[in-house]
Amino acid sequence: MSDTATTTTGRAPSVYVPSTEALATVLAPGERLPRPSALSASLTFGWRALLKIKHVPEQLFDVTAFPIIMVLMFTYLFGGALADSPRAYLQFFLPGIMVTSVVMITMYTGLGLNNDIEKGVFDRIRTLPVWRPAALVGMIFGDVLRYVIAAVVILGVGLVLGFRPDGGLLGVLAGIGLLVVFSFAFSWVWTFFGLVLRSEKSVMGVSMMVLFPLTFLSNVFVEPATMPGWLQAFVKVNPITHLVAAVRGVMAGSPDATNTMWLVLWSAGFVAVFGTLTMHRYNRR
Amino acid sequence: MSTRTTGPAVEAEGLRKAFGSTRALDGLDLRVPAGTVYGLLGPNGAGKTTAVKVLATLLRPDGGRARVFGHDVVTEADAVRSRVSLTGQYASVDEDLTGMENLVLLGRLLGLRKPAARERAESLLAAFGLTDAAGRQVKKYSGGMRRRLDIAASILNTPDLLFLDEPTTGLDPRSRNQVWEIVRAVVAHGTTVLLTTQYLDEADQLAGRIAVVDHGRVIAEGTPGELKSSVGSGTVHLRLRDAGQRPEAEKVLHAALGVPVQLEPDPVALTARVGGEGSDLAASEQAARALADLARAGIVVDDFSLGQPSLDEVFLALTDHPATPTDERDEQLEAAR
Repeated sequence: MSDTATTTTGRAPSVYVPSTEALATVLAPGERLPRPSALSASLTFGWRALLKIKHVPEQLFDVTAFPIIMVLMFTYLFGGALADSPRAYLQFFLPGIMVTSVVMITMYTGLGLNNDIEKGVFDRIRTLPVWRPAALVGMIFGDVLRYVIAAVVILGVGLVLGFRPDGGLLGVLAGIGLLVVFSFAFSWVWTFFGLVLRSEKSVMGVSMMVLFPLTFLSNVFVEPATMPGWLQAFVKVNPITHLVAAVRGVMAGSPDATNTMWLVLWSAGFVAVFGTLTMHRYNRR
Repeated sequence: MSTRTTGPAVEAEGLRKAFGSTRALDGLDLRVPAGTVYGLLGPNGAGKTTAVKVLATLLRPDGGRARVFGHDVVTEADAVRSRVSLTGQYASVDEDLTGMENLVLLGRLLGLRKPAARERAESLLAAFGLTDAAGRQVKKYSGGMRRRLDIAASILNTPDLLFLDEPTTGLDPRSRNQVWEIVRAVVAHGTTVLLTTQYLDEADQLAGRIAVVDHGRVIAEGTPGELKSSVGSGTVHLRLRDAGQRPEAEKVLHAALGVPVQLEPDPVALTARVGGEGSDLAASEQAARALADLARAGIVVDDFSLGQPSLDEVFLALTDHPATPTDERDEQLEAAR
């Protein structure tokens, strides 16, 4: 699995002999370069994330197979019981399961970061004279692409199964847009845990503990009106509820201003709080 | 080169850093002159890597202060970062990416535009003998190739100070020699190199000055020659044919060398340091005389060698404890990370 073992017996086809002249040409001090802008540095780190997807395409499994299974499983599991038919349930359920799947995928941001720290490359990145959050912002840019892929895959499956949103193409795109904004903000929760916790396993454990109640105790699967009062109280303040209501509204062609506002506030809050905590940890480590 | 200052590259006073109850740095003082290779020598767990991490702005010290080219590593971290480069103990390159991608990525982050970054990457790969491997993922590189790419990445912007944390640990002798050649070329072009190592011969080969680090403190400092002569410039190892002759051999050696002779666990082996400060004879001459005395006394020597003192011997002489770290200290440091 891991090829990290540093077997040193060189398999180099020809023996490298360092040549003083060749080294001299690359060692001549160049002029001091202008520092790249925050955006340019972040995009460069985003490019790194794309290169990783290119070299390790298996990682796209999480954003393709997993969402497809989620949609199929819950549509046919609950469809008959909670609505007249899976097809009827899907009209209500698809935006919700899209949110659930994508929000669950955000935890890979923490896992990826935790994994990165273990390797030496992280030390080099942290000694570069660039805008400090760039490495993390770039990493999340790469993840945003994964969120979009997952959302589109789910939409595709939904359309095949009979999801017919009244909001049309624009409404659906706007819904995915809201979801991506929230997921970008929510990813900062995981960068924080990715930096604080010691192992990938513990990051996974914490993620699950947060994500399961957050996604299930919401309006994703059923209308909150059917729940006991104390649970409704939680569901009401759960950011996932606001997100699902906003996405559902815009996809159905009747945008929900209140919930969209709550969603934007929650997103700003996640970035402000967890973005700050993350950078604090990142600088201190 | 115009931006290089004339003061020391590194000045550290009383650096302290604890991980839990383990004191990784315990009042470390350091002064690295610019334009030289400076060696931090010590066993695993001595605090070398922690020191490098503090100086490279990766860790905040709990106490003490350090300046790199006059910039404080805590309050002026950004200014420090623009002057230094770090090649960590484990390859500081991205294993999933190719060699070319690694260098282009770094070039971009250091402010090169894409075509310039590519050009720079190509010439670096050529100079480090990695052109054929440019398109291969780094995880498929050998240890030596990985190390070369790592150093190439570190000199992408020709830093004023290069940190090399145990650059040859785990490398075969040929790759180690290649790294040494590269380090010599780097320093010849005006970059200061701060190198950590567990090997006395590596520090000896490369470093102009050495600081011996133990338990987070510098316990000795000087040129390699000064350090070695403080413990004797060489060690004589002898193996006798007959274990019964050892007590007599010990006496003869002691008389000839004037130093204590150590009896090894192996019943036919003896060791003694030669060429110490008290003697005006070269180590080889002292050893030759001792050998002649042994022959005259009728003692048969099967195996004889004169070598540099090992790090273990330097350590024993400086600290009265061997260089091998206690496992528990290592584990504590690991766990504290």
